[in-house]
Amino acid sequence: MSTATQSRPTSTRPTAPGRRLSRPAAVGLYLGGVALGIALSALTGFTITSAVVYGVVLGTVALFVASRLLEGRRKATDRLVTALVTTAFAVAMLPLVSLVYTVLTRGLTRLDAEFFTFSMFRVVGEGGGAYHAILGTLIITGLATIISVPIGLMSAIYLVEYGRGRLQRSITFFVDVMTGIPSIVAGLFAFALFTLVFGNDIRLGIMGAIALSVLMIPVVVRSSEEVLKLVPNELREASYALGVPKWRTVVKVVLPTAVAGLGTAVTLAVARVVGETAPLLVTVGLITGTNLNPFDGRMATLPVFAFYQLTQPGTQTQAYLDRAWTAALLLIILVMGLNVVARLISRSFAPKTSR
Amino acid sequence: MTATKAPTERPTQQAPRRPGDRYFAGAAKGSGIFILLVLAGVAAFLVTEAIPALTAPAEDVADGEGLGSYIWPLVVGTLVSAVLALVIATPLAVGIALYVTYYAPRRIAAVLGYVIDLLAAIPSVVYGFWGVAVLAPAMVPFHQWAAENLTWIPFFAGPASTSGRTMLTIGVVLAVMILPIISAISREVFGQTPLLHREAALALGATRWEMIQMAVLPYGKSGVIAGSMLGLGRALGETMAVAIVLSGGGAATLNLISNTNPSTIASNIALSFAEATGLGVNTLIASGLVLFLITLAVNMLARWIVNRRADFSGAN
Repeated sequence: MSTATQSRPTSTRPTAPGRRLSRPAAVGLYLGGVALGIALSALTGFTITSAVVYGVVLGTVALFVASRLLEGRRKATDRLVTALVTTAFAVAMLPLVSLVYTVLTRGLTRLDAEFFTFSMFRVVGEGGGAYHAILGTLIITGLATIISVPIGLMSAIYLVEYGRGRLQRSITFFVDVMTGIPSIVAGLFAFALFTLVFGNDIRLGIMGAIALSVLMIPVVVRSSEEVLKLVPNELREASYALGVPKWRTVVKVVLPTAVAGLGTAVTLAVARVVGETAPLLVTVGLITGTNLNPFDGRMATLPVFAFYQLTQPGTQTQAYLDRAWTAALLLIILVMGLNVVARLISRSFAPKTSR
Repeated sequence: MTATKAPTERPTQQAPRRPGDRYFAGAAKGSGIFILLVLAGVAAFLVTEAIPALTAPAEDVADGEGLGSYIWPLVVGTLVSAVLALVIATPLAVGIALYVTYYAPRRIAAVLGYVIDLLAAIPSVVYGFWGVAVLAPAMVPFHQWAAENLTWIPFFAGPASTSGRTMLTIGVVLAVMILPIISAISREVFGQTPLLHREAALALGATRWEMIQMAVLPYGKSGVIAGSMLGLGRALGETMAVAIVLSGGGAATLNLISNTNPSTIASNIALSFAEATGLGVNTLIASGLVLFLITLAVNMLARWIVNRRADFSGAN
């Protein structure tokens, strides 16, 4: 099926020799190809994977061939690319959907009160929970936030309000480079630092917090820098014109104007590190009991807890795996929750100035 | 850039410097310098702790293997897995970026971009869980098919792994993890393509794909390259997903589908660190130093490309 369209008045080569596939026709052709693909898959022993693959390939080919015959080479290439690009997006959605589905179905079995109120102290096999690990994650992430936010925020203020010349450029560059430090290297750094000071084989909660800070500081700097840049210069100049010193201008005018963005930036930075496992694995380790003192010995954290429950299950394997998946589910909920909070912050504190 | 520089320009008549100003400016500058010191500290402490392994006689390191032959398979494993991930992820990420910027319906495009960004928010340990529980079994049929039909390619020499916990699977997992990084940066540069370029192409009668070919891709090329480099850096340093999914420990090989795979530097550290003692710890830290240097080089190259582009592009 094809519909004639108006001929083009220009002398350049038109995209199609007067004929064009209408939108329903194109969709119909594609679906026809998909149906053919599914039929082919059914003939050769039906599996979902082969059905989808054959369907998409044949649908794309059907559309391309029809367009090639009716509309010419250029239009056909355009349709082919459209189909490919859309397929690429759909392919990228597959792992996200599969991952969320898997974690939900396997994690919900142990998402009960016991999981939140019991530690693994003297638990073998069934029962037990991640009470100690949840608190450990909160304490260590909290400490990392306390360390990172002042340093990160002040550096961002320096870059936006004071920075000039070579120092500013090199800080910007190396902050960017620092965002790419592998998390395990940050862990090794904290380990090496404390080993040099306190001797061998030391594991402390604060070491984990420092390792996480190395990962968190560049994120805080980069995002708060972007936010501070958005504060209009008119506000600063109005403040200077009233004779307000520069530092009071920053504290009383610039920061309050940007507070929503800064809140979002910090929340996203926390979300970035709360699920980090590798640095905590080498610096904090894991214990079965509850240790809430980050300056005294090993602590449990949620990601490390999940890792060991999965990879080193005891005799009643299923109980360990259930706990591992529930911990993974909890991690996802935590990270997604922080992302949602970040969005809410930026929305509820509506921008006080427009630009 | 003018917005950031304007407030620092001194007025013609110098205002009095107040003590508060001096302390505040000093604290801000100090924080900035502190960050540089931290980065230098990371390198310095790693070197200090790695020195015992670097200077020890070869027969003492890693059960008599020597440092070089201990780290070499790990370096190969790290590079192979990361490059594989890059090869899989880059075309997909460019497709996604094009879809979100130029193909998706305007109203839902922002939401779709946000959904892709969610992929980046999922903790890496959870990717490991998913990789070992879902993806690895799902990849087994492909492994067998490749071992039967593609044996002439060295990458698929086989014999096929029956667990699916191979280099190929970890390449796919890493590709999923770096997709959002590459597509986020590509999306940004594609979106910045000057409207005049695009409309000029369309006015000449170009189809949408020809417009993208002529205007968007040349403009966004360096952004895609930089995004891929950043993704490569992330894939090189990825620890937990590899530690959980890959059954490593083998010698250096390019065979992607067999049971014996070289481990990667990061996952080897994560798996061996708890049991390591004495010189073993130093050896692991030395391998971490190698990883740090590789990722540092990749990231600096990527940032250099990004910055060079920012300086010269007409859009900024």
